[in-house]
Amino acid sequence: MEVTIPILILAIPLFMFLVLGLLGMKMTHKLAGILGTLGMGTVLVLSYYTAFTYFFSGAPEFVDAAGNRLQYLVFDQTWLQFTEKLIIKLGFLLDPISAMMLVVITTISFMVHLYSLGYMRDHHGVYEHGFQRFYAFLSLFSFSMLGLVVATNIFQMYIFWELVGASSYLLIGFYYIKPSAVSASKKAFIVTRFADLGFLIGILVLSYYGGTFNFTDLTSIPVEGLANTFQVSEGTAEGIRNIFQTSAAPVFMGGSVLTWALVLIFMGGMGKSAMLPLHIWLPDAMEGPTPVSALIHAATMVVAGVYLVGRLFPLYLMEVTSLEIITVVGALTAFYAAMVACTQVDIKRVLAFSTISQIAFMMVSLGVARPEFHHGLGYMASMFHLFTHAMFKALLFLGAGALIHAIGSNDYTAMGGLRKHMPITHITFLIGCLAIAGIIPFSGFFSKDEILSSCLGYDWVAYIWMSAVAGLTAFYMFRLYYLIFWWKDYKVQEGHHAPHDQPWTMSLPLIILAAVSCVAGFIPFGNFVTWNGHPYDFMEHFDWSVATVSLIIAVAGIALATVMYRKENSLPEKFRNAVPALWTWCYHRFYWDELYMFITHRIIFNGICRPLAWFDRNIIDGTMDSFATITNKASEAIKPLQSGQIQMYVWYYLIGALALGSITVLCLI
Amino acid sequence: MEITAIYYLVPALIMFCCGVYGFITRKNMIAMLISLELMLNAVDINFVVFNRFLFPEQMEGMFFTLFAIAIAAAETALAIAIIINIFRAAKNIDVRSLNEMKF
Amino acid sequence: MESVGSIIMYFIVALAMIVFSVMAVTTRKILRAATYLLFTLFAAAVVYFMLDYEFLGAVQIAVYAGGIVVLFVFAILLTSRPGDNTERLTSKSRVLGAIAAVATLAIAGYALVSRCSMAFAQKPEMEAPDMQAIGTSLLGTGAGQYLLPFEAVSVLLLACIIGGVVIARKR
Repeated sequence: MEVTIPILILAIPLFMFLVLGLLGMKMTHKLAGILGTLGMGTVLVLSYYTAFTYFFSGAPEFVDAAGNRLQYLVFDQTWLQFTEKLIIKLGFLLDPISAMMLVVITTISFMVHLYSLGYMRDHHGVYEHGFQRFYAFLSLFSFSMLGLVVATNIFQMYIFWELVGASSYLLIGFYYIKPSAVSASKKAFIVTRFADLGFLIGILVLSYYGGTFNFTDLTSIPVEGLANTFQVSEGTAEGIRNIFQTSAAPVFMGGSVLTWALVLIFMGGMGKSAMLPLHIWLPDAMEGPTPVSALIHAATMVVAGVYLVGRLFPLYLMEVTSLEIITVVGALTAFYAAMVACTQVDIKRVLAFSTISQIAFMMVSLGVARPEFHHGLGYMASMFHLFTHAMFKALLFLGAGALIHAIGSNDYTAMGGLRKHMPITHITFLIGCLAIAGIIPFSGFFSKDEILSSCLGYDWVAYIWMSAVAGLTAFYMFRLYYLIFWWKDYKVQEGHHAPHDQPWTMSLPLIILAAVSCVAGFIPFGNFVTWNGHPYDFMEHFDWSVATVSLIIAVAGIALATVMYRKENSLPEKFRNAVPALWTWCYHRFYWDELYMFITHRIIFNGICRPLAWFDRNIIDGTMDSFATITNKASEAIKPLQSGQIQMYVWYYLIGALALGSITVLCLI
Repeated sequence: MEITAIYYLVPALIMFCCGVYGFITRKNMIAMLISLELMLNAVDINFVVFNRFLFPEQMEGMFFTLFAIAIAAAETALAIAIIINIFRAAKNIDVRSLNEMKF
Repeated sequence: MESVGSIIMYFIVALAMIVFSVMAVTTRKILRAATYLLFTLFAAAVVYFMLDYEFLGAVQIAVYAGGIVVLFVFAILLTSRPGDNTERLTSKSRVLGAIAAVATLAIAGYALVSRCSMAFAQKPEMEAPDMQAIGTSLLGTGAGQYLLPFEAVSVLLLACIIGGVVIARKR
């Protein structure tokens, strides 16, 4: 494959970032927006071409004789060479998941670029302050995310991982004059940074013992080694396996080195993907502009954790303990976020918690994936859900953006009965809700069904748990839907004109994404993405009993939501008063933020930071201050010597000369 | 009584010390210049005395004094020009009040 | 053995030199200081005459007494107003000056008296250098002759004239 196109895929967003960032203020708003969108459109075409070539050309570098998909290094340039072995490379890795991610990222990113042309201006067509900056940051994010998914080694991934974190920080804090946006961006940055500390340690441990950063070396597995005969016979992977699994392998606090490395790396993923203890930044990140939430905090960046685990999946398979940890964390997060989403008022927060819950679905799916069961069905399901979720969640966010744009508020209490005023938004939002709830034939049905199937193949507890979460998902999504579009009649306030559908730049992405959400479920995903590259037709494993049960659960959830929220009534109030404690806990997100505040402010600040600050101020600063004071005092003391009076200088000179003279006379002659 | 070199050197030394005293104590710049002339003269006398007492057949000391007188004249002329200039600018030739370079 | 007359002459000159230089630095009136300087310079000129350097003595009188002291007097008259030509010395600067002067006197005098045998050299016989010898030495280019310093001093004097004009001119 030609090197030009992959390089262009990375170079164009970077170039657009530089151009818009440096020259943006010289351009008109419109030109900057169109430039950014055109640049992204080009990348979209190139990425589609690349993915298409990878999946369908059948070239020998992509597919071997048995039809297995291969990992292909388009280029892998040495960037920093510290020692013989410690080499950091930058490259472009094409394999099923990176090709899929190229499609996802460029699609959503292009939609968001297009959508923002309409969204980032008010009803009178005046562009928002910092419009060019917005597009520059979007380009930076696209570049970083693309670089992340095509990383050939874990260090390159870490670099771009931090870059997406930085661009996320910049975009959450886009309205930097709003204190809440500023603190949200700081919170997101600090929490993910904290997680990335674990990630970095994990990388160092893994590469220290594994002796390589490269994904291909870390995860290479012989194609024959399928299913339950998972054995590695030769090559680097065997070396890694031996290092990690021989009895001589170091053990730390009861876990092998590999377990620790993988759990620490997963910690980075937990931070980015907002898994339970580290999820607190994502709801606050909704302070950013809504297209940003759609792009970064729903579709692409937050699934980086899932992508990371998927990328290192063969390694995780070696250490089942780490997969079990992932499963438990994911399951808890999914349930927690779904519970919280049922009570939130801010529609973007509902969607944020829904995102957390859905990402947790993907994590659980990876955690339960085993090669023994349906060729690692969970892995495929996870990536499939990642794909479909990116589409319908971006659709939901963009729809929410349209509503917020039209109403000027984030709360559903300001909405209600909007279906007549905004028909396009209504239909597309409904499609998104149906997709996420898992109604046949929308895309979410298929991917979620695969996940539930693989859960069932793993353990029936996991299956029941996740099915309950799926039911909750259907409930809270339709609660949101009804509260926005039904519930009551929308009253147009005096002096305001009625809310209406948006310009075509905003409608078109909604319609396209809705269309994709309708049909994406029929993609034979198993043909494209599997954990070992071996394609199979997942329909042959399609479990109709599971599908029926999940469909029934989803319909039940929707029905419950319909009963409670279709027309304005007192049922929600009654329900709320029936379980006040539960409702309050959910409404306050189980007090996680307060817990963090308690830990940081009360314990860490008082117990650690204050003594440290005292030490810093009094001991360290005190030492330095006393140096300065001594110098100062000494200077003050000898300052009169430099009086500027030539007579005093002569006097000092004479005294010195006389001293020398007397020494000479008395001692030397 | 034999008048040896020391009979000339000691008055010259006293003259030099007077110059030192005057240079350090006087505030008027012209008075300082006068003290300077005293010191210079004391040194001149030393040159001449050593020339006369130790190397009477040569004239180095004498010529040195001659050139020193010429240079002292030049130096005094310039110094007085500077002093007058300062007086014009500062209305004052007290050296202790002249501790700034800029006016 | 010197003649009595020259011994008396020496004492007068030495006393005048000491007294006038002390008075020149201790008097409060600046014009008097210039006058005492003039007397000191005259005494120095007499010393030169006594040491048989008539030309040098003449130069001393002509340049110092005739030129430099007149310059001083002009400068004094230009820069001081009548009545404020007295200056009060602070006791601190007096003490400092006295310390420096006495220390110089003590150390140099001690070195001179106790460590310098040639300070007690007898005055040898010498013919007073005549004008021809001085002129030849001053304008000759051989060893012990001084054409180059002579020219250098003339350039210096020229530079000094120009510098004086530049510095003292009105802006």
